[in-house]
Amino acid sequence: MAETFRQLRNYDNKFNILLLLHVAMIAIGLGAACYMEHNGHIVTGMNNQVVWGLPHVFAVFLIVSASGALNLASASSVFSKLDYKRFARLSAILAIALLVGGLAVLLLDLGRPDRLIVAMTYYNFQSIFAWNIILYTGFITIVGVYLWTMMDKTVTKYNKYAGWAAFIWRIILTTGTGSIFGFLVAREAYDAAIMAPLFISSSFVYGMAFTIWVIITMCQATGQRLLTSAISEKLRVLMIIFLAAMLYFTAVHHLTNLYAAEHIGLERFILCSGSEFTWLFWGGHVLIGAVLPMLILSNAERGSSHFGLISSSVMMIIGGISHMYVIIVGGQSYPLSLFPGYEVSSSFQDGQFAHYMPSMPELLLGLAGISIAMFMTGFAMKLLPFLPTPVKEQ
Amino acid sequence: MISLKNLMNEIHQKAEKEAENNAEETSRRAFVKGSAAAVALAPGMMLFAYGSKEAAARPLAEAASDKTRWGLLIDAAKFNDEDVDRCVRACQKENGWQDNGRPKTDAQWIRRVNLHNKKTKESFSLPMMCQHCDEPPCVDVCPTGASMKRKDGIVLVDKHICIGCRYCMMACPYKARSFVHEHLEDQKDYAPRGIGTVESCTMCVHRVDDGRQPACVEAAPPGAMVFGDLNEPTSKLAQLVRTVATQQVRADLNLDPGVRYRNI
Repeated sequence: MAETFRQLRNYDNKFNILLLLHVAMIAIGLGAACYMEHNGHIVTGMNNQVVWGLPHVFAVFLIVSASGALNLASASSVFSKLDYKRFARLSAILAIALLVGGLAVLLLDLGRPDRLIVAMTYYNFQSIFAWNIILYTGFITIVGVYLWTMMDKTVTKYNKYAGWAAFIWRIILTTGTGSIFGFLVAREAYDAAIMAPLFISSSFVYGMAFTIWVIITMCQATGQRLLTSAISEKLRVLMIIFLAAMLYFTAVHHLTNLYAAEHIGLERFILCSGSEFTWLFWGGHVLIGAVLPMLILSNAERGSSHFGLISSSVMMIIGGISHMYVIIVGGQSYPLSLFPGYEVSSSFQDGQFAHYMPSMPELLLGLAGISIAMFMTGFAMKLLPFLPTPVKEQ
Repeated sequence: MISLKNLMNEIHQKAEKEAENNAEETSRRAFVKGSAAAVALAPGMMLFAYGSKEAAARPLAEAASDKTRWGLLIDAAKFNDEDVDRCVRACQKENGWQDNGRPKTDAQWIRRVNLHNKKTKESFSLPMMCQHCDEPPCVDVCPTGASMKRKDGIVLVDKHICIGCRYCMMACPYKARSFVHEHLEDQKDYAPRGIGTVESCTMCVHRVDDGRQPACVEAAPPGAMVFGDLNEPTSKLAQLVRTVATQQVRADLNLDPGVRYRNI
């Protein structure tokens, strides 16, 4: 049966207030970016030891989530799971919006954001970062075409091809993003090829969390049911599988590091030093981000309810931000090994665990990235028929 | 009690003396040979023929050549804390960066690294800066190509196309790069800097191109820092590297730094 779609109409006024709040958050975030741009990064918590701070945490988290948000569209087009087809459009527009949100934060945290045109015109093809710029713009283009094949009946015959292209591209994109942290020989935390599959498995989790967040927000806004109990049940099981995969790669990442003598110090620092990273890893990433959602979802009735799905999703998002914080900030905080066997000190904090305290402008910019993604998605729903028709089931 | 380092120093000093004598002798012969060639051509050419082994002025119209590989040899045994600090001050004065009292965010093109051997309990210090790698990770990761290596081995940042992404700082194993966190004043015209961009030791490229030595080398105790062309077999640097035990920091990374150390 062909799915029918509609624009977002007749919604609760609370939805407009939500959109306005996102607009306000975006304005505040842009103000924070202007403040940082005007004064320089001296007003942030970042320094010459921790060069990527909270904005990168949010940016990478959103970019990874963007890839995962395409899950339901890929499931319907690539794996012919037609139950998910009704969410394919929503899934694709959300993927684009999350990527735009992430890129906005990444761009505004550059030392010279005014040189965007330089970043777009000078390419060093040896750099995985340069490749990522191509992967990100390519993702927006390919998913845009994919959406077009979903929405224009004259090109529907190409939908399968576009779906495959988007699926392959998203896997490459997340591989590229993970690889940013996979091949830096200088830093013990970023010298593991497993970062790519770890990021892919994490993207499934975070993307699903955002998708469910948006679907249930739409249910609240319209006062209609968009999820059948069968789909809710499938989503519940899918999330458990994705969470298990993410935990598996996390475990392999740390266990293989523990096996290598030169990485034991780093693992001790992350896993059991008692620093903020230890708390964020065990409490944020593992407990809140994976174990508790799995516990909620493991109960068939509670797990497939709106409450079960949304509470798990919120936890997964909190866990995701914690996960990225541990990888990005924790990895930089561990000192470089300049002279193995020596105690090293200097005026440049050699040999010390670096200290980083995020500043308010950084937090506001990061939150604005989420708001950009959410506002874009919500506004797109009002503009074009991305929303599935409500289900009749009681 | 004689420490291991002192013992090694004695052995090294003997080897070094021999190597330096050899280097001086060869340089003297090369000088005589070079001056003979210069006499045959023109008086001004003599300096060029000799200078090519250490540091010769490069004509402005001529591009840097891969026939040259500029490098440094730093002898840790000849430095005390004050000597290293003098090198740091010389670099600051030459290139216009300073200590603003904010060590976490202030730029440090060169710094004093204090080392303490946990086993022998011996402590010493040495200057650390960009190691001007032959395979520089900062150049690999830079998305715009702003981080670049000149053909003569000097690693630089093109401030005009640096977007301030700081990926090079993540990639540098020597923590040699700094991000300019705040507005700058009174810059040197030959060492441009800019807020929001990344910078590091330039090996005083403006001086090297002018046939002079880097500022830190001039400020260091005699023989503690030797600057020259690693590719030129008759240069003092190449001879020392060939004849005495030298060390690359994190040699395990296979980056082939142009900066070598002794007596670590």
